[in-house]
Amino acid sequence: MTAYLLRRLLYAVPILIGVNLLTFVLFFVVNSPDDMARMHLGEKRVTEEAVQTWKQSHGYDKPLIFNPEATGLARLTDTIFFEKSVRLFAFQFGSSDDGRDIGYDISQRMWPSLAIAIPVLLVGLAFNISYALFIVLFRATYVDIGSVVLLVAMLSISSLFYIIGGQFILGKLFHLAPISGYDTGLNAWKFLILPVIVGVIGGIGAGTRWYRTLFLEEIAKDYVRTARAKGLSESRVLFRHVLGNALIPILTGVVVVLPLLFMGSLITESFFGIPGLGSYTIDAIGNQDFAIVRSMVFLGAVLYILGLILTDISYTLVDPRVRLQ
Amino acid sequence: MPLMPVVLWTDALVFLLIALGLIFGLHAARHEHLRAPWRRVVRSRVGVATLVVLSAYGLIGLLDTVHFRLKTDQPAASTEPQHAQFAPEVLSLLDVALSGLRARQEKTYSAPFATHLFVKEAIQLPDGPLIRDYPRLAHGGSHLADPATERGLDIAFRALLGMFKGLLAWGLIGAGILWRLARRRGEPMAAIRADILAGRTAIPWRTALAMLGLLLVGGFVAAELAASYHILGTDKVGEDVFFQTLKSIRTGLLIGTLTTLVMLPAALLLGIAAGYFRGWVDDVIQYLYTTLNSIPGVLLIAAAILMLQVYMSNHADDFASLVERADLRLLFLCLILGVTSWTGLCRLLRGEALKLREVDYVQAASALGVGHFTILGRHLLPNVMHIVLITLVLDFSGLVLAEAVLSYVNIGVDPTMNSWGNMINSARLELARDPVVWWSLTAAFVFMFTLVLAANLFADVVRDAFDPRLRGVN
Repeated sequence: MTAYLLRRLLYAVPILIGVNLLTFVLFFVVNSPDDMARMHLGEKRVTEEAVQTWKQSHGYDKPLIFNPEATGLARLTDTIFFEKSVRLFAFQFGSSDDGRDIGYDISQRMWPSLAIAIPVLLVGLAFNISYALFIVLFRATYVDIGSVVLLVAMLSISSLFYIIGGQFILGKLFHLAPISGYDTGLNAWKFLILPVIVGVIGGIGAGTRWYRTLFLEEIAKDYVRTARAKGLSESRVLFRHVLGNALIPILTGVVVVLPLLFMGSLITESFFGIPGLGSYTIDAIGNQDFAIVRSMVFLGAVLYILGLILTDISYTLVDPRVRLQ
Repeated sequence: MPLMPVVLWTDALVFLLIALGLIFGLHAARHEHLRAPWRRVVRSRVGVATLVVLSAYGLIGLLDTVHFRLKTDQPAASTEPQHAQFAPEVLSLLDVALSGLRARQEKTYSAPFATHLFVKEAIQLPDGPLIRDYPRLAHGGSHLADPATERGLDIAFRALLGMFKGLLAWGLIGAGILWRLARRRGEPMAAIRADILAGRTAIPWRTALAMLGLLLVGGFVAAELAASYHILGTDKVGEDVFFQTLKSIRTGLLIGTLTTLVMLPAALLLGIAAGYFRGWVDDVIQYLYTTLNSIPGVLLIAAAILMLQVYMSNHADDFASLVERADLRLLFLCLILGVTSWTGLCRLLRGEALKLREVDYVQAASALGVGHFTILGRHLLPNVMHIVLITLVLDFSGLVLAEAVLSYVNIGVDPTMNSWGNMINSARLELARDPVVWWSLTAAFVFMFTLVLAANLFADVVRDAFDPRLRGVN
């Protein structure tokens, strides 16, 4: 197990290096720091001095990869590549283009993101699985057909409309929950109601449809027929055997997204004014803050790879047929 | 020539896509094994109904893809040699067809079918006093002398007229189809009609014709009413919302199809090569797509679009017109969306190629000394095309939805371009107004929902028809 884990972790290293190089090329080679400076300073006729001052204050005034003026190891370390890209491996995100410490901001902002993402995940999971089981129980009846039509219709609606509709109906018409905003500590709960409800409803279409397919695939297998032949009741077959076996793909599907929950949802957070990592990213995109976007790209890749490793581990834990080699 | 054709980059790609579709279609028509799955598609009721809806969208999108510049009037006194002067504005066939809608601008918001503006203004009455009231619209219902009493009757009359025209057109098309069917089968038309009405035909013509009738009647009623009203209201700057949402169709369709088209060569080549050659080729390609896949899609798109913005603002002179700039941005968006979405297809193709290289006929070809590339092109490529097709239709609806979200985050299409995302983005704050301005959102919702729903249902039918694993189940 340890050896396997180690190998998986080692395998992640070249991928992260690849992501790092890609972002470096995207952010510093495609457009030079001079271009970025001009973009930020805004005007068409920017003086060369202003560009230099901006670059210096943000640490972009170094050579890209190799610094011939420095001595020894500093030839490689006193460069944009080392300062801005290599340091990401140690989670040193540096400061954003408006001077704030990105690492600190991330550690502060991940909690509101989690406060929404975790309830959405758990409630959504519970609802979708129950609904899918209900459909499967009444398979090939009008309940099934009607539900499938409903689910396809629901997943054809843009997530934007779920948010706008939720805000309009629950927030504006019935005044059941505040439309947007956030509060510190436990007082935040009432601001979480609406985003969580909207998030769960928005996920029903795709989620339930997928679980339904999983259950139907499982129910066609031989062991289910055997169980029925032995005289087990339909509910026992469904809840004990089918659900138990279908939980394996469901579980691994959940595990892979777990780390990414930290990143929050871009749209939800910005619509509801929640100070999480999603709205952080959106604001950074809006302000064209390249340092933050770069950090989030790297962080996202790290979390994604972490999710893949966790998935592999969870597979071996729940499915005895899978052996680590 | 009274006009000069303009081919934007995306137009060229659309024409390429159509050409490819035609070649493939002609090829498939002559091979029974390729025709069989399509026959299954058109024999399903959901299949034909959604096909009719998608064709309607496609037709509007296509009309909006043929671009040209109109010739401007020569000044009469001009003595210079006749150099044709063309207006700088790039128009499409759809623009010309809807020129009435485009020209009828109001001042600001007005509700659907309204005759008065949505906000009060100071009006100077002819006999002197200045009052604050809702002024009459410049175009919407301006032909009515007394809107309060005449409007309802006028709308009903025009709707009936439109319905009549729609039914007439439907009848003509229906008769044409009936005639073709009767000639092909050599049966009397009455017998065929009875078959269709009873739903006894192999292709569900009843469903197709009913859907067509619905669309034609709806279209003609809308056209008849839109000639004298703003049937979906006007937006903040007084532009007709119906016009906007029709123009948005092209953007949605383009994002949905071109993205897959531009990523196809890379995904096909790399996926098949990885599965067929294995070894280090496989390792490199797998590394490549795992790396790209591990970057969250939205962030990669955001980073790329930010870089594009920097480039465009620093090289503003490279773009001849706003339309061209918006068009290149759309193309770039398709490209970058393709980069984030080719990995899934690549992985599927790799798996299929891994399986296919062990099949007898490939082994036999290899043993007979057939070259690698001949095997790839002749034996592998045709046998993975169903995966490509299924991916194309399955991805379509997701991409249309993605466009709206990305445009909301300002990393989607150019803000000057008509798209549902931009419509939602500019309309979402209007819900906070009192009374609510609901029509822009509703229009975007209805048109987008119809397209995505039809695409989703169609994709399911296509998948069921083409996936060999599902064959024989149904």
